[in-house]
Amino acid sequence: MRVNVTVNGEQRQADDVWEGESLLFMLRERLGLPGSKNACEQGECGSCTVYLDNVPVCACLVAAGQAQDRSVRTVEGLAEGDQLDPVQEAFVEAGAVQCGFCTPGLVVQAHDLLDRVPNPSDPEIREALAGNLCRCTGYEKILDAVRLAASRR
Amino acid sequence: MHAFDYAAASTVRGALDLAGPGSAFLAGGTTLVDLMKLDVLTPDRVIDVNALPLKGIRLHDGALRIGALERMSDVAAHPVVRSVHPVISKALLLSASGQVRNMASIGGNLMQRTRCDYFRDVTSACNKRRPGSGCPALTGVNRNHAVLGTSDSCVATHASDVAVAFVALDAQVVLRSKDGDRVAPLEEFYRLPGSTPDRENVLGPGELIAEVVVPVLPWARHSTYLKIRDRQSYEFALTSVAAAVDVKRGVVQDVRLAAGGVAAKPWRLRAVEEALKGGVAIERTFAEAAESAVDGARPLAHNAFKTALLKRTIVRALLDAAGAR
Ligand SMILES: Cc1cc2nc3c(=O)[nH]c(=O)nc-3n(C[C@H](O)[C@H](O)[C@H](O)COP(=O)(O)OP(=O)(O)OC[C@H]3O[C@@H](n4cnc5c(N)ncnc54)[C@H](O)[C@@H]3O)c2cc1C
Ligand code: SF4
Ligand code: FES
Ligand code: FES
Repeated sequence: MRVNVTVNGEQRQADDVWEGESLLFMLRERLGLPGSKNACEQGECGSCTVYLDNVPVCACLVAAGQAQDRSVRTVEGLAEGDQLDPVQEAFVEAGAVQCGFCTPGLVVQAHDLLDRVPNPSDPEIREALAGNLCRCTGYEKILDAVRLAASRR
Repeated sequence: MHAFDYAAASTVRGALDLAGPGSAFLAGGTTLVDLMKLDVLTPDRVIDVNALPLKGIRLHDGALRIGALERMSDVAAHPVVRSVHPVISKALLLSASGQVRNMASIGGNLMQRTRCDYFRDVTSACNKRRPGSGCPALTGVNRNHAVLGTSDSCVATHASDVAVAFVALDAQVVLRSKDGDRVAPLEEFYRLPGSTPDRENVLGPGELIAEVVVPVLPWARHSTYLKIRDRQSYEFALTSVAAAVDVKRGVVQDVRLAAGGVAAKPWRLRAVEEALKGGVAIERTFAEAAESAVDGARPLAHNAFKTALLKRTIVRALLDAAGAR
């Protein structure tokens, strides 16, 4: 099947998509956007988090066809040209990135949190990021990064 | 994943026409896509129903009506839901993760499948997935399994949180097929496993859940959902309790209670409700009444703790709902 979808503000078309493909597969393998990561493929880890019509979802559990005529924003679409989004900058500065596999999903999820709740409390940050697993950092630096980004927005 | 055809329906009629034995409706996909990847579900046709007009959250004729395609996150955040039936909002916010709630629908939530690991693993036997193949959970790893409503064929829990809140509140589901609409109390919508654990509910082939209807109960403004789990967030329940209680002058006038994580379906605790009515709203009354919650329980090798945990969860939920702490 053919899927027409707006990705990071651009109208895109993916051809010969197999019905059983996920949105994640389509983004990574057909549309050249490997930012969102493929890890658990079960909705457990959040590394595949992208915006679908302005709300973050696990792209691994979205069938490609469900994205038809909708709008997707991936981690690649957060920066303005060379200017990183404040959330991305804060992750770098706070040292919240180790192997980096979980980072794109966390950045998108934190970006959404700060859009909805500009000054989240620590429990609010923890709850908002509960669906994003990180095996490296122990999360403390990630919390630092979100607090830092909140203070700058 | 098995091959299937994909069709997007734009009208209810169109969706029902496309449906038949072997087809599956696709709402958020957080259960269906997951289980198709594992080959646990192998529909030959997937019908995307997201464009159907089964949306809306409104108060009408003394009931809160929630369209089956409303997303968990939208229902949880809705001001009417939060003020009229806070227990629904709480149960949803304690479910899954933000990302999953943004995608998952209420209808899909009621239809989600058990999290029994043997069910999810096609290399293992399972009476629910492959009728007659046996139930390895009976003698295997069964810490997360049910103690109430089980059978010798299946001891799986129903995993939905919000269904527990709905059952406590006497919610009904509107079911839509080519023959028209019918209405069923959600409690009776679910079947007990008996000898046919593969038949989980009364939905006919190609029948849709259209709407959930929750009668308004003025005193259910004081309602709560307490979920006990292995970690603080993003985990299924070991035990959970939805509670609404009407206390006047320190005496329980009326009460609604249901439990999750412990039973083959969302479990209404009627005997406990009866024992509470007319009692003084203090911890001792709650604890005495909670005893009958586990009448007939059939604990397994690894989950006997659930009977004690359930009783304590009931007491704490009642104390919260009664504002006693
Ligand atoms: C990682 C993870 C954690 C989770 N944690 C929790 C939790 O803590 N608590 C909890 O309650 N749930 C939890 N869930 C389950 C989640 O809530 C369900 O997957 C979700 O609600 C299903 O809704 P959906 O719209 O995505 O359904 P889909 O996957 O689209 O559909 C599910 C099933 O319902 C059928 N269906 C869908 N809509 C209808 C309809 N209107 N009429 C008839 N049939 C229909 C489909 O054919 C399919 O068989 C979790 C899920 C994941 C992946
Ligand atoms: S408990 Fe039920 S779902 Fe789990 S293996 Fe046994 S039959 Fe299957
Ligand atoms: S890859 Fe999607 S949640 Fe883990
Ligand atoms: S930095 Fe490695 S998983 Fe998070």
